[in-house]
Amino acid sequence: MTYKNPPTVPRKSATFDDYTLSEIRRAAATGIYDIRGGGAKRKVPHFDDLLFLGASISRYPLEGYRERCDTNVVLGSRFAKKPIELKIPITIAGMSFGSLSGPAKEALGRGASMAGTSTTTGDGGMTEEERGHSSILVYQYLPSRYGMNLRDLRRADAIEVVVGQGAKPGGGGMLLGQKISDRVAEMRTLPKGIDQRSACRHPDWTGPDDLEIKIGELREITDWEKPIYVKVGGARPYYDTALAVKAGADAVVLDGMQGGTAATQEVFIENVGMPTLACIRPAVQALQDLGMHRKVQLIVSGGIRSGADVAKALALGADAVSIGTAALVAIGDNDPALEAEYNALGTTAGAYDDWHEGRDPAGITTQDPELMKRLDPVAAGRRLANYLKVMTLETQTIARACGKNHVHNLEPEDLCALTIEAAAMAQVPLAGTDWIPGKRGF
Amino acid sequence: MCGIAGLFLKDKSLEPDLGRLLSDMLVTLTDRGPDSAGIAIYGPAQAEYAKVTVQSSNPDRDFPQIGTALARSGISPRDVTLKDSHAVVTVDQSSLEEAKASLLSISEAVRIMGVGGTIEIYKETGLPKDVIDRFSIRTMGGTHGIGHTRMATESAVTTLGAHPFSTGPDQCLVHNGSLSNHNNLRRELKRLGMVFETDNDSEVAAAYLTAEMGKGKSLGEALESAVRDLDGFFTFVVGTRNGFGVLRDPIACKPAVMAETDRYVAFGSEYRALVGLPGIETARIWEPEPATVYFWEH
Amino acid sequence: MASINLSETPLRELNRQLHAVTAGSNDIHFDVLNPNGSHSVAVGIDQPVTVEVHGSVGYYCAGMNDGGNITVHGSAGPGVAENMMSGTVVIEGDASQYAGATGRGGLLVIKGNAASRCGISMKGIDIVVCGSIGHMSAFMAQSGTLVVLGDAGEALGDSLYEAHLFVRGAVKSLGADCIEKEMRPEHLEQIRALLDKAGVTDVRPEEFKRYGSARKLYNFNIDNADQY
Repeated sequence: MTYKNPPTVPRKSATFDDYTLSEIRRAAATGIYDIRGGGAKRKVPHFDDLLFLGASISRYPLEGYRERCDTNVVLGSRFAKKPIELKIPITIAGMSFGSLSGPAKEALGRGASMAGTSTTTGDGGMTEEERGHSSILVYQYLPSRYGMNLRDLRRADAIEVVVGQGAKPGGGGMLLGQKISDRVAEMRTLPKGIDQRSACRHPDWTGPDDLEIKIGELREITDWEKPIYVKVGGARPYYDTALAVKAGADAVVLDGMQGGTAATQEVFIENVGMPTLACIRPAVQALQDLGMHRKVQLIVSGGIRSGADVAKALALGADAVSIGTAALVAIGDNDPALEAEYNALGTTAGAYDDWHEGRDPAGITTQDPELMKRLDPVAAGRRLANYLKVMTLETQTIARACGKNHVHNLEPEDLCALTIEAAAMAQVPLAGTDWIPGKRGF
Repeated sequence: MCGIAGLFLKDKSLEPDLGRLLSDMLVTLTDRGPDSAGIAIYGPAQAEYAKVTVQSSNPDRDFPQIGTALARSGISPRDVTLKDSHAVVTVDQSSLEEAKASLLSISEAVRIMGVGGTIEIYKETGLPKDVIDRFSIRTMGGTHGIGHTRMATESAVTTLGAHPFSTGPDQCLVHNGSLSNHNNLRRELKRLGMVFETDNDSEVAAAYLTAEMGKGKSLGEALESAVRDLDGFFTFVVGTRNGFGVLRDPIACKPAVMAETDRYVAFGSEYRALVGLPGIETARIWEPEPATVYFWEH
Repeated sequence: MASINLSETPLRELNRQLHAVTAGSNDIHFDVLNPNGSHSVAVGIDQPVTVEVHGSVGYYCAGMNDGGNITVHGSAGPGVAENMMSGTVVIEGDASQYAGATGRGGLLVIKGNAASRCGISMKGIDIVVCGSIGHMSAFMAQSGTLVVLGDAGEALGDSLYEAHLFVRGAVKSLGADCIEKEMRPEHLEQIRALLDKAGVTDVRPEEFKRYGSARKLYNFNIDNADQY
């Protein structure tokens, strides 16, 4: 019997892993950076790393179904004559017509209205589908001002001045030519089929001092009726929240890095911005330092998936949360039933993010008339309403277990953390200890 | 992020009105910066003498000690004027450094706001109107002055964090905007021996200009270098003993309006700030070009 | 005819009265006195009212105007007639930066000079500037027409889409993807019509040069990356 030297198994680099190698080859072949939709996919500390401390002897829980646990929230009570009243603390985040199809916008409106909450327009203007089917509609005021007009501003229930978003704080947008159909082109005043670039700064103001004047103009135009939100990407949440308040916002929308986008550079999505978990406490601190917590409402978004996430965000000090990606999944995005078609696009259900290419087999992120027909807005709206109700019930379940008659009465002290990272970011103790690592330093 | 007002007088007959005119300009810009306000007034030059503007958060305790503290160093001040939380101490030019040291020795709460032959600097947290009233700015005369009202972005709302920043004799700077390379620049300037009182980006800009002028450059030349070395968004208005300069970054987003007549040159973040100036109806009014140095000298 | 003195009456009251005008109202002429650089004067008008502002205004005068005819007998601050839908805005003096930003329709006439970013992101508005315009004007301009009797600053028409730019004087530099184009008879006609509407009589369309998009940045191409 001859003895063979035992071979070592082939070893792949942790640094140069398969994804990295494929990206180098792709870049070398095409000469363009990778553009995709969605939010950060890398693993970051998140709400999963927090747990609630239920009641037992020292605290008393509430009885499910019998004892009230309210979920209503009022947004925009600071200056607006007509604040927004929501039945649930979960709203639908801004997503553009253009990136989404008309039936998808309709489905979001139907679902949100059934659940008693608001939807939000996006970078592309207001469509009849969403205005008609949304009982409460927030109109985004974006750097591009695509589709911005006086009539729709007055038809909106609130105005959201978008300074940034979590997927790309400091960046503009890019909607590739494939999705600029006749209708999208008309709404955006652009030739059909060309790439649409969205500016990263507003065309007519820069900085909080000018923002204050801009908010003043929007209030004058709408006769001080409508709440004005300011949306920022999670980067310097303490300062940005404080400045939004100083500039006169009624509410601050804070979007962490897991928050999605229709399309931007992969390098931007994965490498700029802070995890949602790390954004909330500094923002709440800013509101508290200014005596504005609960007076200027904080709406947190970026990776909210369940009632547990909602409850944790509220416990950390948010007044409401906003969902985008989860809402798209609820209406049918990335459904494994379409696996064969995802495979044909070179991807798999659950990983599909080339929303900008407009070939979504679910008919959601597309302007292709044939694909769009696949989405039944009535059935999809029902699914979204169901999902929102489940999230709300879950949130109440947790709140009752912590003895709260309103979900806003959840506190950071109702939480503990599973990891040191989450303990530091959420500023709650590591489970079983009284240790909160780190100190304020933003 | 803020409002700026600046006034450089050419007509001597306007000099008694400097404080009043500048105060009106600044109060108009209150909305742009509710956090703090400050004013630098360049008064008449007194040969051989230097003025030190000091501030204390506990003036009732500290300011009565000014005389004794200076006496310990053998200095007899030519004048000590108390105004609320600020005091202007006038001493012989030759004893300036000892005077500064002895004033700072009074207590931890005593800070030096500015030093020079003509400059006096007053700044505090609060609204411009209140700051102006506290220091009776309206009654002050002078040759030129610069005011600022601040909406703090990333650094603390404190007296020291208020503008104008003075990092050299008779020099001051106010800033509207946000610098993006000030941390690296501060490290470099510290290495060269500059001392910083705050973590404010605008103080870095002031110190940068002081350092450049320390190399023998004129204010105009220092501003030319600033276009190259400072990154970010800025509109600066700067003062020296006899000069007044304006600079905007190459992108020039932060607002700036200037007016010039035979009697004065004025700067405002908004036109509103200029409407009360005499003869504004017929003044030449323009917006400074990006990356272009504007500079006037007596 | 209503006369509103802004040194006595709050701005809110002016805009409230302007918004209260409905189709068929008779009192549609407003005089505004002592604006003293106020912001948001006569914003959000949606009826064919006439507003005469006597003095200079601050930011966003006539913002989102939809059908109003607004004249400022003075100068205008940043963002005059921003996002105008329709109607006419005339500035007798100078305009600050962002004049006519994202405007979608109507006519903006500036008798003096306009500062930087005039017509930024314009989406259908027509702008006539009798003086000169500052840098980065018509940045990302999508449609509409900008006519400048004087000179243009640096980077005119950077990242331009389909807006038409006509400049009579010198252009300091053209922005990325903006080129000089051939002047055809329809363009001369276009200029003539706009000059007429703006009340400019002593200038001939033949004195202008035409600038437009080279359309090289319309679809991403790595070989154009230096331009971005």
